[in-house]
Amino acid sequence: MSIQSETGAELQVERQTMEVDIACVGFGPAMGGFLTTLTRAWNENPAETAFESKVSPGIPLQVLCYERADDIASGVSGVVTRGAAIRQSFPDLNLAEIPMAAAITSERLLYLLDPIGASRRSRLCHIKDAVLRKLGPFLGVRDDAFHMPWTPGFLHKNGGLVMSMGQFNQWVGSQIMASGLVQIWPGTPVTRPLFAGGAVTGIRLADQGVDKQGCPGEDFMAGMDVRAQLTVVGDGPYGAIGQALNEKLGMPQGNAKHEWALGMKMLIELPPENLADSDRPSPLKPGTVWHTFGYPEPEIFGFLYVHPDRLVSVGIFVPSWMSDPSRTAYRYLQHYIQHPALWKYLKDGTLRSWGAKSLDESGRRGEPFLTGDGFARIGEGSGSTNILTNSGVDEAWTTGTQLADAVLELLRARKPFTHENLSATYESRRRASAIEAAAREAEHARDGFQSGMVRGLMGMAIAGLSGGRFSLNANIPPPYKQIHHAKAYFAEDIKAKDAAALALMDGRPLHDALLTARGWPEIPFDGRLLISQQDALLMGGKVQALPGFADHVVFRNAGLCIDCEDKTCIAMCSGQAITLSADLMPVFEREKCVHCGACVWNCSQSADGERGNIEFRAGAGGLHSAEN
Amino acid sequence: MTNELHIVVCAGIAPDPLQTLEPVTGATGPGLKNEMMLPAILDPWAASALFEAANLASRFPGSKVWLVSLGPKAKLQQVMMTVAQKAIFELVPIDAPIGGFADAHATAGALADAIAALPGLDREKLLIFGGWESATRGAGVTLQLVGERLGITDQFQGVDQIDLHDDGSFEVLERVEGGKHQVSRCIGAPAVLGWATGNLAEPRNNPQTGMANMRTIMPALQKAKLATLTANGLHYSSVSLPKQQRTTRVVKDRSPDEIAAEIVAWIGAN
Repeated sequence: MSIQSETGAELQVERQTMEVDIACVGFGPAMGGFLTTLTRAWNENPAETAFESKVSPGIPLQVLCYERADDIASGVSGVVTRGAAIRQSFPDLNLAEIPMAAAITSERLLYLLDPIGASRRSRLCHIKDAVLRKLGPFLGVRDDAFHMPWTPGFLHKNGGLVMSMGQFNQWVGSQIMASGLVQIWPGTPVTRPLFAGGAVTGIRLADQGVDKQGCPGEDFMAGMDVRAQLTVVGDGPYGAIGQALNEKLGMPQGNAKHEWALGMKMLIELPPENLADSDRPSPLKPGTVWHTFGYPEPEIFGFLYVHPDRLVSVGIFVPSWMSDPSRTAYRYLQHYIQHPALWKYLKDGTLRSWGAKSLDESGRRGEPFLTGDGFARIGEGSGSTNILTNSGVDEAWTTGTQLADAVLELLRARKPFTHENLSATYESRRRASAIEAAAREAEHARDGFQSGMVRGLMGMAIAGLSGGRFSLNANIPPPYKQIHHAKAYFAEDIKAKDAAALALMDGRPLHDALLTARGWPEIPFDGRLLISQQDALLMGGKVQALPGFADHVVFRNAGLCIDCEDKTCIAMCSGQAITLSADLMPVFEREKCVHCGACVWNCSQSADGERGNIEFRAGAGGLHSAEN
Repeated sequence: MTNELHIVVCAGIAPDPLQTLEPVTGATGPGLKNEMMLPAILDPWAASALFEAANLASRFPGSKVWLVSLGPKAKLQQVMMTVAQKAIFELVPIDAPIGGFADAHATAGALADAIAALPGLDREKLLIFGGWESATRGAGVTLQLVGERLGITDQFQGVDQIDLHDDGSFEVLERVEGGKHQVSRCIGAPAVLGWATGNLAEPRNNPQTGMANMRTIMPALQKAKLATLTANGLHYSSVSLPKQQRTTRVVKDRSPDEIAAEIVAWIGAN
């Protein structure tokens, strides 16, 4: 048994151990689907012998779920989802029971022109924009936005839901816990799987009472080993257990997690007059969904979802194929919400909450080994996201229900959780399901973006309209190779290193210095909605980290970081938790980290040719907002 | 008295202060919007009392800690998933609606009844702990009223420390004006101690402790008695959240003294 010291060497320490039947890692929509389905069947007949513990005969099945965040409501996403699988699990779903949930009432697709002139658009894009402006009166261009007359069917979420993931998680979690059959422990990071040969035999919880480097302090408490018959891995796309499994087992032939995007959003309370003014009726009724593209940069997609009670989720996605090493998010988001098409409704609003999260955009091609001896993987980290329809919640939920059905089958048949049995029950269900078919259709839908925005949109259209039979295929390089070092887009571009020096000298955040240097206007702070990123951390993100845990962001090779001219990790850090020291080494502050995972794929350096130079380990703390 | 203690901690739950709290006025008076859906925590003042109780109990073998908590059963269960990992205790849940501003007399009545009904409780070993104040909507008198209803007259408020002696007497440090402590000596239990912050750090989350507690917490929650808190004619004319003030300005080339002077002036002006 061991812990990691500063040097990565392992120290021998005694650890408590506990035996359970099923250990679950991470509580998100996939785990919600798994535990809901499992406890519902269990509740119907608690005396059924299948639900007797194998590790402690005579008592009920021992099912524990460990969640890193301080509360199960600390999810980070306003989501729009078709919700078909969720509705299947809850046939009598009453949206009024879930704060911020609404049925979708309308969907629009908008192409946003650049009203400022700072966006880095290609010549083709400029020509297209000029034509749109010229023909604007005839085409219906208003507020610098072209309202597309038609939205492809694959982008529609007809019959779906607008939700807050935090509120949904809490609603689901409270029902699961009320069953009394399952325990969900928040604030408990899980550091790694326990292996016995090739089999997973459980998990190890994080050490407490350690310093930043993980070295034991006075009140050191070694993380417990939880030994389990089955480990259910639902810790998201960059969870420690999922990553460790990928490292140990590798990925299936041809699969890799190479495509990512950072979703950053604000939850905004609209000023009352927008809805109350009958002379100027607002289109922002609950359930309204807008998808946007074209601004603040051509590569950045955006969204606006309207919840009940004048609440709006507004955000952007910054993709890994945006090869600019100086890409950033928070400042871009501030410019995005000020686009005339959005600002006319958002102006005078109040920031209620803010957050960010990395999305696994590899979809089916990022699928790891789903099962093995003693483990099964569900949710986004298992490659369930549909990258054509931009849909992940319902798919994740489905994988959870599929695994629950498989586990119930094995429990009733008294069969062990071997690779063979899990493959025959869980994987077979998944392969035969509609989400698998849809994921295969979507498999290459986004490849075109590697060659630019226009080709990417064409690729999506071709794949979507042909049901995946045709697509613009491409090899997707590892994330660090997608960052084009010091690429000069335009004559006025400055090197990130120069901006870094400016940030150091001026005391400004790097993302701020970068965009100012590129001609973006300063943000006119209003103290309510347009606020500094640090204020967003306190007023919107509500970040907290208990002491006594090791840093979960680790720079593998300091030399590579110091020599790096890009410093993309700093510019893209959602919480400004990575800053620059005077010796040009990135410095990590755990207390400001929102656990968005952007640093995992926003590193342009690699020592081994596959992984970036930043390691993202299990960590405690993060956002405390239940409204995200 | 022996130093074997029976410590009853009265602890309520409060919305996580890091959430966005929005006051609303409902049919039953003032409250918080969507309070049932806001993540909750154990009231921080009472949490200090619990940690002190667990620490005392661990030092005196044979001692026992009960946690008496009033709130919606589902919410209590959620809070327990964090609290139960930090200290060994037996939960005594009282299922009651959340939201609004409960009458301290009604709350104290429900708590006192639950304490009086605890099987095996020895009044000669009894220390009642709780928060001196509340991070939620307490009037700051609930714990005193609990003591009075149980006929316990030795009461201490703003406690930061208790030292037990071999003869069963104890010494208490209570906060008084001017950043000082008042030292009181008491000949023994029963007594009521309303804790300030104490001197203990928040214990680490110990999964073993959590699992051990859950064996009693889950059955207790399932058997929790429903309590109705009557308002007794109590009426609130107005309520408000503490005003949050935050002003950010980027300044350069200013000395620490100048910045400090400006902050002092700002505080004076507000």
